[in-house]
Amino acid sequence: MAQDSGSRTLISAAQLQRGKGKYVYWTLLTLVVLGFTLVFIGPLYWMVTGALKTGQEVAQTPPTLWPRHPNFSNYTSAWQNLNLGKLLFNTFYYAAGAVLFQLVLDTAAAYAFSKLRPALGNVILGAMLGTLMIPTIVLVVPQYVTVIDLPVLHLNMLDSPFAIWLPLVTNAFNIFLLKRFFDSIPDELMAAAQVDGAGPLRTLWSIVLPMSRPILGVVSIFAVTYVWKDFLWPKLVMPSPETRTVSVGIYAFSGGSSQNEIIAASVIAAIPTVIIFLIFQRNIMSGLTAGSVKG
Amino acid sequence: MAIITATRPVDRSSAAAPARARRGRKIRDNLTGYTFLAGAILCFAVFTWYPMVRGIIMSFQKTRRGVTTWVGLDNYTRIFADPSFWPAWKNTVYFTVLALVVGYAVPFFVAILLNELRHAKGYLRILVYLPVMLPPASALFLFKFYAYDPSDAGLFNAVLKFLHLPTSQWMQSPGATMPAMVIASTWMNMGSAVLIYLASLQNIPGELYEAAELDGAGLWRRIWNVTIPQTRLILGLLAMMQIVATMQVFVEPLILANGAGTQDSATTVAYLIYQHGFFQNDLNGAAALGVVMLGALAVFSAFYLRLTTKND
Repeated sequence: MAQDSGSRTLISAAQLQRGKGKYVYWTLLTLVVLGFTLVFIGPLYWMVTGALKTGQEVAQTPPTLWPRHPNFSNYTSAWQNLNLGKLLFNTFYYAAGAVLFQLVLDTAAAYAFSKLRPALGNVILGAMLGTLMIPTIVLVVPQYVTVIDLPVLHLNMLDSPFAIWLPLVTNAFNIFLLKRFFDSIPDELMAAAQVDGAGPLRTLWSIVLPMSRPILGVVSIFAVTYVWKDFLWPKLVMPSPETRTVSVGIYAFSGGSSQNEIIAASVIAAIPTVIIFLIFQRNIMSGLTAGSVKG
Repeated sequence: MAIITATRPVDRSSAAAPARARRGRKIRDNLTGYTFLAGAILCFAVFTWYPMVRGIIMSFQKTRRGVTTWVGLDNYTRIFADPSFWPAWKNTVYFTVLALVVGYAVPFFVAILLNELRHAKGYLRILVYLPVMLPPASALFLFKFYAYDPSDAGLFNAVLKFLHLPTSQWMQSPGATMPAMVIASTWMNMGSAVLIYLASLQNIPGELYEAAELDGAGLWRRIWNVTIPQTRLILGLLAMMQIVATMQVFVEPLILANGAGTQDSATTVAYLIYQHGFFQNDLNGAAALGVVMLGALAVFSAFYLRLTTKND
């Protein structure tokens, strides 16, 4: 991988290409690559291969680097005993719904804030962004009380996917990201569409959204990984074994199952997010920095 | 959905009654705007704004057999009298400080290092961010069962033994509980901080380093006098965000230490909220604890903002 040309950093390129500098640089690079692989892949390797060992082999000292008789029984029994297929399906279902609700409602809101600018819009935007300051753990109790007895309607939302989907719409950071992106779309374009007789919905659909594919992708990926990683909220609002998410399900079984089975289940639970990451790593990394830098 | 109702043709106001038409159009525009906002506003109202107020109200109330009464500061006195209250605060602050020392300095220097390397950039970036994508429960079971196994077969103990260093009981020894939790948490979360730092490091104009070098500034001086001042805004912002996030540490004690650990060595304020609300059937006490936490964070934020803006 070549360097991003031009921009110099802390140490000049010239210094790194000459004599001692070159030597130090290559040693350091090798050390960093080896060290990082060990620190970040090592534990994952340990996890994947550990679950291929028997309980006896895991407990033995010194530990073996590669299982002597790799067998998949931990993986298969974890799949069956923890009903992982169902858990994974639930999590996927909640994630898909979360993407849909966030894309529709947050995009509509961001569009209104950015382009339609109704009276008091900024006040409402401020009230939404202000919620970013409130620690989630502080809100958990009153949110739970609200969800078990929805105001006015008096519905109990426990075990209903809406208990995950609707609170996730209140992601002020997404609205902020989307609004900033929409702000960069020139108003003249909107005016042109208006002259052609397009209403606000039509403008959103045929002009704004097609231009916003990258940011919509980022919001979707973050929604999926958020649902996949979330723990406390799904644990509270999805109390039945049939509606649990995969993380909560593994935790619920951790008391009664063997260690290796839990580790095998943890590996399986991590596979979807790792795959998402490897496919979309560019979008994820650009989205991560989009909200913070520049500005 | 509701949005469809908003597609009225754009009003082209006639010249006949301009003022009235303009007002009508303004009202219609606002109506359209609010139609688009309706879904989000409703969700915020029900699931964030209302619970915020309700949490504060709840903390002064008590519900017994379906009847809710005002009880003044009863919930607060009960929360303060809980023997786990002060250990929980002590642990939370300890965790936050330790996570700040480790989880804040390490990503910054990792980012500086990665920014200097001209090769394997993409690979290293993927590595650092990989743990962030794991479900925390998965990563924490890995730490709990394999890394922090107190016998010599545990990953950390095996490494320590290999290096001829004393091994540790990890989660079973009260003194090692918090550092062990910080290590796991940093490993899991540092990726995003590293990437944000990297992006801000790339915005530093190269001429500054050039000039500093010409003035004879060594490596450390360049970091101290160029890199850090140039990234100060993002450094300050991330410190703030990290403190707010680590103050809420919950999954780590729940999974690594079964919640409280030995002799409350792992109990955090967030865990105590969970414990009161969902095990001791004391939702009002949990709400009061939440308000206390909110207050503590507000005081801290005000103090922090004052400190950082005064320097300007």
